[in-house]
Amino acid sequence: MSLDEFFVTGDPLILGSQIAIGLTMVGLVALITYLKRWKWLWREWFTTVDHKKIGIMYILAGVLMFFRGGVDGLLMKAQTSRPELGFLDAQHYDEIFTTHGVIMILFMAMPLLIGIMNVVVPLQIGARDVAFPKLNALSFWLFFVGAMLFNISFVIGGSPDAGWTSYFPLAGKEFTPGVGNNYYAIALQIAGIGTLATGINFVVTIIKMRAPGMSWMKMPIFTWTSFVTSILIVAAFPIFTVALAFMSLDRLFGTHFFTVAAGGDPMLWLNLFWLWGHPEVYIVVLPAFGMFSEVIATFSRKNLFGYKSMVYAVAGIAFLSMLVWVHHFYTMGNSAAVNSIFSLTTIMIAIPTGVKIFNWLFTMRKGRIEFSNAMLWSLAFIPCFTIGGVTGVMLAMAAADYQYHNTMFLVAHFHYVLIPGVVFAVFAGLYYWWPKMFGFKLNEKIGKWHFWLFVIGFNMTFMPMFFVGLDGMSRRMYTYSESTGWAPWLGFSAVGSVVMAAGFAALCYNIYWSFRYASRDVGSDPWNGRTLEWATASPAPHYNFAVVPEVDRIDDFWYKKKEGKTGIKKSDLKPVHMPSNSWTPIFLGVAFGIVGFFLVFEWFTLAVISSILIVIGLVANSFDYDDGYHIPVDELEEEEREWRGELK
Amino acid sequence: MTQANTPLEYRSHQSQMNILGFWIFLGAEIVLFSTLFASYFVLEHNTAGGPAGQDIFILKDVLIETFLLLTSSFTAGLAIHFMRNNAKNDMIVWTIVTLLLGAGFLYMEINEFIHYVHEGATIQTSGFTAAFFTLLGTHGAHVTFGIIWISLLLFQIAKRGITEKTSSKFFIASLYWHFLDVVWIFIFTFVYLKGMVG
Repeated sequence: MSLDEFFVTGDPLILGSQIAIGLTMVGLVALITYLKRWKWLWREWFTTVDHKKIGIMYILAGVLMFFRGGVDGLLMKAQTSRPELGFLDAQHYDEIFTTHGVIMILFMAMPLLIGIMNVVVPLQIGARDVAFPKLNALSFWLFFVGAMLFNISFVIGGSPDAGWTSYFPLAGKEFTPGVGNNYYAIALQIAGIGTLATGINFVVTIIKMRAPGMSWMKMPIFTWTSFVTSILIVAAFPIFTVALAFMSLDRLFGTHFFTVAAGGDPMLWLNLFWLWGHPEVYIVVLPAFGMFSEVIATFSRKNLFGYKSMVYAVAGIAFLSMLVWVHHFYTMGNSAAVNSIFSLTTIMIAIPTGVKIFNWLFTMRKGRIEFSNAMLWSLAFIPCFTIGGVTGVMLAMAAADYQYHNTMFLVAHFHYVLIPGVVFAVFAGLYYWWPKMFGFKLNEKIGKWHFWLFVIGFNMTFMPMFFVGLDGMSRRMYTYSESTGWAPWLGFSAVGSVVMAAGFAALCYNIYWSFRYASRDVGSDPWNGRTLEWATASPAPHYNFAVVPEVDRIDDFWYKKKEGKTGIKKSDLKPVHMPSNSWTPIFLGVAFGIVGFFLVFEWFTLAVISSILIVIGLVANSFDYDDGYHIPVDELEEEEREWRGELK
Repeated sequence: MTQANTPLEYRSHQSQMNILGFWIFLGAEIVLFSTLFASYFVLEHNTAGGPAGQDIFILKDVLIETFLLLTSSFTAGLAIHFMRNNAKNDMIVWTIVTLLLGAGFLYMEINEFIHYVHEGATIQTSGFTAAFFTLLGTHGAHVTFGIIWISLLLFQIAKRGITEKTSSKFFIASLYWHFLDVVWIFIFTFVYLKGMVG
């Protein structure tokens, strides 16, 4: 392979990116060296097993990926803003909608949600960390390495270009030669292992580490939704593991899982992909529902309406989500009976979802609503998401779906579900839990700019897509003729995407501004919260709770505040056991990245040799008998005194 | 929660969580193998002119493999029994027997694969062979991983003795080993026996 096959060449946009990436890397290394921060980075971040720091790294990576996926989106909108534009050619457009989809779902939505879960869930259940802190770090590094491997594809070797669903036969070697789709198969596999480990970790954490007295029905709702999501991860991700393994074997070793000529079956890929892919949608949306529930209850100053029905609804949605996958390919030759069954199960999902919508509305009823930024996002979510839900029921009807299957109507629908459902939730969650992570609030005024620009831009971008979709514009079209009459709609939509991007820029500015100037004096409980994460200092100390709280009822902390019982006694302080930092997670992450890279390029000898690194990491981990360390009582007392005052 | 008669591997809270976590991991493994089985059933008759199962399977060899692996599950159980009686040497002996039986199984399976390749059934031949070799290969790779893993644990047991930590690690590895046996029973029934009847 010659050098100009290795690097992607011949496109000024990509050349610019290559130069920018190179300069940024050099700049970062120089800056860290100049500030003498390498040791600090290694000690405090790269080797950390603290769930809060891991959560923050997830969030940081998620925001970065949001930027990358967002730029992809803007490029697509620019290309379709006018008829017959030559800004991107068909090939480049294919690559961009593929990476946009993969990055937004797997490398933006997932890490942002898992990041917030990481920070919040242990605090909400009164635990000192997750069940397996080192595994948690490994999860992060596998995700991060997977994301980076996927991201370099557009400058090294070439991007995948068969869509985020990568249907066979298109995604096979015959129709998609080159290494692009190898990146898809390998990078997602690596990140997927990390996600599966996260799922297992949180299931055990929530089952075994809840504070004394916190029975299942006294658990905060966000913890419930994280629990159900974790179970869905364990149930669904192995299916994707197998599907990607088949894809890798077909592409790298010439097997025939999906090629018709030698007895393979491309429909097998579709079924496996959506058997994972549909639950995946709920994996990202359920924790988001939990965040809205927490925010709405807190800022309505009321307990969550219908808590139990919320729990049952979440469990019901999770169960049904495993039984609807065929609705993604009604038009691909199933019998009428099969289509009808999947149509019914799909429509049934609207029932528990409707229960949740009404519960949120009733939580607000007669509440003293405070229009903080977190609350604004929750309020905007309800109508926008309902539009997504209603159009979803339209798509669920198999007979009608034949009319708008794979049109822009579908694209508009899932953006109306995923952006309000997930992105708005992440924004609400970030504004809400930011002080718990960093000890200062994000600015509310800049936050309003962020909110209005993003929400208006979002509706401007995606509402027109419903109409061009109903008018017959199929998805993934890189251009169209003047005579279609779509130009005004798509032009308006492109303007909307710029407004939305301005909203995102406002968020970034807000983070910068608040980091520099916001007041550090926010106290432990800035929003008058209801759950245990507000019972400890902001930012939360590395041991979380000096004394593990006891819980008598749901929203226990809210009542304890009223009863004046939130203090701790000096005599209750005991040394706290903490896990030690570890180098194995980041080492294993990098090792997987190297092996993955060689596999992408089908350099098998190098891949086999470098997999020795993985073995070394695993063996070192097996022989590691580090028992962690204890924080002495004096140190605890000193840290607690800082924000509680003198302990009794 | 933890009393004197609680088995050693369950004494500490962390060990309890490790064991529960591993059970949940086995749940994920069940999903993984179920997917492999389902895919095999979809593709099993798509031989594309290549050999079908009944043309190449040698039931006698498969039966020997089955006995080797099933016996190794029994001896792994014996090792756990001696671990609980704090009989370190017996435990090590039975673990080594387990590993040898596992290695015997692997040897047979590799020979079986070589035989198939000579018969003209490689992983690239057809949809059937792709699904067959991937299902069997995934199981075989698990056995290989298990042999290496348990060997490493043997060093740790020899060096550190039977402690709360080593016993829980070993118990988890034994769960894994039994799980592979269960998967094999399904492979034996639904791949080989079903394949022989056609």
